Amino acid sequence: MPNQESRDNAAFRMSRRKMMKGVGAVLGALALPEKDASASVWEEFFQKHFREMSKPELEKVLARLEKEYAKTYGKAVKVRATPHIEGVSYGYGLDLSRCIGCRRCVYACVQENNQSRDPQIHYIRVLQLDKERGVDLEHAEHYYNPSKVPEKGHFYMPVQCHQCELPPCTKVCPVQATWKERDGIVVVDYNWCIGCRYCMAACPYGARHFNWKKPGLPAAEMNPETHYLGNRPRPVGVVEKCTFCIQRVRNTPGRYTACVEVCPVGARKFGNLLDPESEIRYIIENKRVFILKEDLNTQPKFYYFYAT
Amino acid sequence: MKRGRSRNGLVLGIAVLAVCLAAGTAAAAQQKKEKTAGKPHAEPAPEKLFAVPKPPFTPGIFPCSDCHKEMKPNPTRRELKDEHTGIVLNHAQGQRWCLDCHDVSNRDKLRLVNGERIGHEESYRLCGQCHGDKYRDWRAGIHGKRTGMWNGEKQYLLCVHCHNPHDPQFKPIPPMPPPTRPEDTK
Repeated sequence: MPNQESRDNAAFRMSRRKMMKGVGAVLGALALPEKDASASVWEEFFQKHFREMSKPELEKVLARLEKEYAKTYGKAVKVRATPHIEGVSYGYGLDLSRCIGCRRCVYACVQENNQSRDPQIHYIRVLQLDKERGVDLEHAEHYYNPSKVPEKGHFYMPVQCHQCELPPCTKVCPVQATWKERDGIVVVDYNWCIGCRYCMAACPYGARHFNWKKPGLPAAEMNPETHYLGNRPRPVGVVEKCTFCIQRVRNTPGRYTACVEVCPVGARKFGNLLDPESEIRYIIENKRVFILKEDLNTQPKFYYFYAT
Repeated sequence: MKRGRSRNGLVLGIAVLAVCLAAGTAAAAQQKKEKTAGKPHAEPAPEKLFAVPKPPFTPGIFPCSDCHKEMKPNPTRRELKDEHTGIVLNHAQGQRWCLDCHDVSNRDKLRLVNGERIGHEESYRLCGQCHGDKYRDWRAGIHGKRTGMWNGEKQYLLCVHCHNPHDPQFKPIPPMPPPTRPEDTK
């Protein structure tokens, strides 16, 4: 006659360990994407960090994204991952003596870079400042809306990502989803971003923006020429920012950024800091130039200047 | 004696050699100096012509000679009463009038102060006579809007594409809508 001990051994014993395993397995199974379970969901889940992908892996990812976007927006979408050009470091100049605060740049940027229209995301914030106070951010106003600009006694200072040489935003990212590229552009891998928004807290220029909702991007207005690290459509819950129109400027020859192209007064200048013949170098060498919040030692590559 | 002469010859030879050497180095130095004298931003010669889009003429106004070839030029400064009444000069109007910029004998040309006649597609040279600082910046790609390729072909615009030559100051324009306030976001 078997004793109590052996009977216990034979019976199903529910240990705490087994219990936890079971609960884990059930929860895991419930979390699986059931209805829209396609191969791409799994591929996206197991996608590597952008900088760790091999070329074939990256090409596969780009093809997958192109297919996804084409389905969502009903048109052929190109997603490129054009690498940086050797010997190029981008710099930007903004002529404060010219800017009239018309906000043409804000909306040209939204169109070019596929930002969410609703809820609204703007990479460029145009500050209206008092001429008497000078660059005094405490008294800046960016909701100004008179019938005509410029208004008397005011000047205008557009602020966007300054593409810092020492970016505080990339340092704080816990998953390295944002980094500075070799050509100085600070980029975000939207597939790696976990949405913690530490970078937004770290940025002293308010240049990073969070997708609180699924971006509202009308298919008709979607710009199909995209870059993986730039203007490709973003998912909900990731941070995005100005990339100096990476999809435009990384080509040879490369177009000027959308904001430079649209500016009606020619206040915006763009070029290669390493080319002594470039416009931006001429500005730095010949004009009165300043950078915003110089004391923070972020070393922006966005130079405000006065041409007159 | 013989020895002395040869020594003299040697000294002379050395002297000549030294002079030649010195001259050579000086010349080389001079050459080098000339080479490095170019400033990092050597200004393009003012004569260099820039490719620009066609001047923004009022439709039907150009060529001016269509009307003017039959007319006898009247070089007297006066207010125009019959034609061109829409043009109100608001550009140092006390100091000049039409024929300071428009050529009196060839109505399709503009006129520089030195008497040179230029086409409208070169009008930046005319503006540059007074606005030298802007002209310098424009040539370097700083003044005015530049489109095209940042590392390739750049598109220049004429001064008159943005500034009305008769009334050059920019007029205020309506701004695009302000951003949504966070409290208004749904």
